[in-house]
Amino acid sequence: MQVNFDVKDKNLIVRFIGELDHHSAEDIRKSIDEEYRKKMLKNIVLDLKGISFMDSSGIGLIMGRYKNAQGNNGKLALINVNPRMEKILFMSGILKIVKVYQSEVEALSNI
Amino acid sequence: MIENNMKLEFPSKSQNESFARVVVAAFAAQLDPTIEELADVKTAVSEAVTNSIIHGYEGTDGIVFIECNINDNKIEIFVKDKGKGIKDINIAMEPLYTSKPELERSGMGFTVMETFMDELEVKSEEGKGTIIRMVKEFKSVSTKG
Ligand SMILES: Nc1ncnc2c1ncn2[C@@H]1O[C@H](COP(=O)(O)OP(=O)(O)O)[C@@H](O)[C@H]1O
Ligand SMILES: [Mg+2]
Repeated sequence: MQVNFDVKDKNLIVRFIGELDHHSAEDIRKSIDEEYRKKMLKNIVLDLKGISFMDSSGIGLIMGRYKNAQGNNGKLALINVNPRMEKILFMSGILKIVKVYQSEVEALSNI
Repeated sequence: MIENNMKLEFPSKSQNESFARVVVAAFAAQLDPTIEELADVKTAVSEAVTNSIIHGYEGTDGIVFIECNINDNKIEIFVKDKGKGIKDINIAMEPLYTSKPELERSGMGFTVMETFMDELEVKSEEGKGTIIRMVKEFKSVSTKG
């Protein structure tokens, strides 16, 4: 798994490419947290478009970034959530607290 | 009668999580499952194998065992470890229960296995290890011969 970062104002946009499991989540969360702290950003947008596989490790990764943003008075948003990921995320109840937007533009203007 | 079967064993390294789910999916592919059904199997296997690695062996060296049987349009999958075992299976299987929140676990592994598979059975003994048995029926092939 690979992640690419984009910074727009105080927002960190994280684009995932590949399979998100326990193995990949360990490295990925470190690099996201580092980028977020280093650039002193506020909100985080996770773009899940490039994820070809995700298990419950994805829930933990999203929840952890949500807590980081919240602790920093920021917000976390998700974009490009496919029906399969939505099913897994819905089960955990995380969609009650984390917002899903239809596009990056929509996420950035509502966050 | 078991029509086909396979066994797989590998060390409890996290990079083997993807290896394990891909191998099981490749074996299941002979039943012509739908993409969705195959993704269900992959996800469930990923959960069980991850649990053996992080909870069973807790990051120490051990062996994870997988056995798959194919019968008609069903695949039966066993994921086994000789790790620390589960004290209270009912509590462990509750949605959102995790013994390792510090590892950013969500406690949804068993719920995912239950949701994506048709059967889930957990056997475990403290200090001995854990065996997960899961069955998935591929509906798309049920009309065959
Ligand atoms: N193979 C195993 N060996 C020992 N304990 C396990 C095993 N599998 C699951 N458990 C226990 O069951 C709990 C719930 O598992 P799960 O639903 O997958 O959630 P998570 O992995 O996110 O903690 C784990 O936190 C752990 O305490
Ligand atoms: Mg788990």
